[in-house]
Amino acid sequence: MMIDVAQTVAQNGISGESVFFWILAPIALGGAMGLVLARSAIHAALMLAVTMLCLAVFYIMQAAPFLGFVQIMVYTGAIMMLFLFVLMLFGRDSKDSMFETLRGQRLFAVLLGIGMAALLASGLARAVSGMTIAADPRWATGAQSNVEAIAEALFSTYLFPFEVMAGALTVAAVGALMFAHVAKKGGHRGQREHSRERFAPGSYPGPRPGPGVFANSDSTATPALRPDGSIEPASLSEYVPPRQLTAAEAAPKHTEGRDA
Amino acid sequence: MNDPIWLMLVKGVLVFVVLVLLVLFTIWFERRVVAIMQVRPGPNRNGPFGLLQSLADGLKLAFKEDVMPRTADKVVFIAAPVIAVTCAFTAFAVIPFGPEVNVFGIETELQLTDFEVSVLLILACSALGVYGIVLAGWSSGSTYSLLGALRAAAQVISYEIALGLAVLTVFFQSQLMSTGAIVEAQAQGLPLTFGGTEITLPGWYFIILAPSFVIFVISMVGETNRAPFDLPEAESELVAGFATEYSSLKYASFFLAEYVNMVTMSALCVTLFLGGWAAPFPASWWPGANEGFMPLVWFFGKVLAFLFFYVWLRGTLPRLRYDQFMRLGWKVLVPVSLVWLMVLAAMNIGLDTDNDLPTRIAFAGGAAIAVMALIFFWPSRKQYEEPAEPDTGLGGFPVPPLDLAVPPSPRSLTELEPASTAVPVNGSGPTDKGEEE
Repeated sequence: MMIDVAQTVAQNGISGESVFFWILAPIALGGAMGLVLARSAIHAALMLAVTMLCLAVFYIMQAAPFLGFVQIMVYTGAIMMLFLFVLMLFGRDSKDSMFETLRGQRLFAVLLGIGMAALLASGLARAVSGMTIAADPRWATGAQSNVEAIAEALFSTYLFPFEVMAGALTVAAVGALMFAHVAKKGGHRGQREHSRERFAPGSYPGPRPGPGVFANSDSTATPALRPDGSIEPASLSEYVPPRQLTAAEAAPKHTEGRDA
Repeated sequence: MNDPIWLMLVKGVLVFVVLVLLVLFTIWFERRVVAIMQVRPGPNRNGPFGLLQSLADGLKLAFKEDVMPRTADKVVFIAAPVIAVTCAFTAFAVIPFGPEVNVFGIETELQLTDFEVSVLLILACSALGVYGIVLAGWSSGSTYSLLGALRAAAQVISYEIALGLAVLTVFFQSQLMSTGAIVEAQAQGLPLTFGGTEITLPGWYFIILAPSFVIFVISMVGETNRAPFDLPEAESELVAGFATEYSSLKYASFFLAEYVNMVTMSALCVTLFLGGWAAPFPASWWPGANEGFMPLVWFFGKVLAFLFFYVWLRGTLPRLRYDQFMRLGWKVLVPVSLVWLMVLAAMNIGLDTDNDLPTRIAFAGGAAIAVMALIFFWPSRKQYEEPAEPDTGLGGFPVPPLDLAVPPSPRSLTELEPASTAVPVNGSGPTDKGEEE
């Protein structure tokens, strides 16, 4: 459908690709800026997700739908989700500290950042300018599908780098597991051990009595009574001062108007 | 897909309407079926058979007060339900309902859109839909919500792998990634020769790819957060999980998204494994069964069967514990999927008559060895060992004595008369409260 729209617009003089580009490019850039400027880590991660989604749409627009959807599934769906998972474990109030540990650090960072961006941009511009961009004729003419072309590149031309990357990532993951793994102290405690611990002398096996158990009132200030009538100390709140009602206080107030 | 613009719009609106109606129907259907399973009537007040119950519930939700917690992250809190609903609806765009039909003189397919890799669109949408749940839990600023969100994130990442591997086998077998083309590929039968006699199996992939079908069905329940895998919203542990702080239309959006996802996943399973809109019997029985608008009946029949399966699961199975759930995902579904994918690849090379005989035998034998190794080395459950002597416990469990006489409850002593005088006199018993007051 998107391609159809692109074709109809192209017949009228404006290329649909450029329309989508000028809509999405500011969003992608805004996402990238937001990533750097956001104070909360989660907001930064979300901004990055927006940029990645825009990139995916760019890929789809440039007739690489497979790459676009894999970008969404792998980067936005899996990797960013893992990021979010870790960030959420830190708690939502963790914000970047704006305190400068080195004097003038922020200024230098901005200057060096701009310099780096300028270097990259000029290098790219030099490399790209004057290039004629044309799709590979094999799949531009439909002789080979997009997926086939990627598969052929990955599993023939770039097979060795691909395998090396896969190996390196696996080693990294296993290494991280090794560092993070903590052997459990003591053996596994089963149901029997837990039960024995619960019923050992000195520990109380059941749930604590709630306030008002076996009492005439359901106020939180009323202590729970044991079956023998004595007061259960565990049900006494330390914040409610204990006091005894006088006879006048305890007498019926005739507030209900029935037993007058 | 060269439809005029008006037809595209009509199709888009129709897909939306069909989904919303299916959601309303599914909620009612689920409540009625679960009620029948639990021997009670279920909703039967609004409309015939209570059919309008979910509509009434939806309206009630819409008119409720919209509460936003003070600690909520406002933008994300509002964006989360929008993300969930948008992704849920978008995914359905590539599901084929039927073959080419003639609408007002225009030949068109009963499918909103289709392209080279349209199955990936559904997977991408389901991957993005989780953002709705996760962000909802995080932005609520509540512990239960956050726990629900963490569970949702871990769950979906884990089960997406198994789901993706199951879908991969379909890609592998059909060499296609477009929903419409996969349905058409399943229409051809699978000729097999067993000792001279030739049998034609139906080409639906749930026969050839039976392990993938089972894995897909299990992980699609996990992916849609439905019972018994509904840990992100486990009401007995987390109140309502990620949706605890949501109310009114925002809460309704999550509800809508969940049910739309159920419908989409059922439709995807039907498309990938159950022949899509094809009739469930050989074409020779009824030649016109796969033409015109008739396939809509087969398609929605299959989808409804899957929705019934979802409801059946919910009515039958208790919720899994979290570690059991993760173990099932990572230690059972993912390894089995990987081995099955390799076995399938080896089988395809082994059955391909273009290769020479030693290659075919080597690959088929390798596949057989892999299957046998999987069965042989499958970690078995530790056998229960009868204890040598009865367990008397450490210092003895507080077992009640055999001659225990239960003391009367203090409450019964004060309120009830002794049993001997409990004979009603002049028609008024001692328990008659009206007389006492």
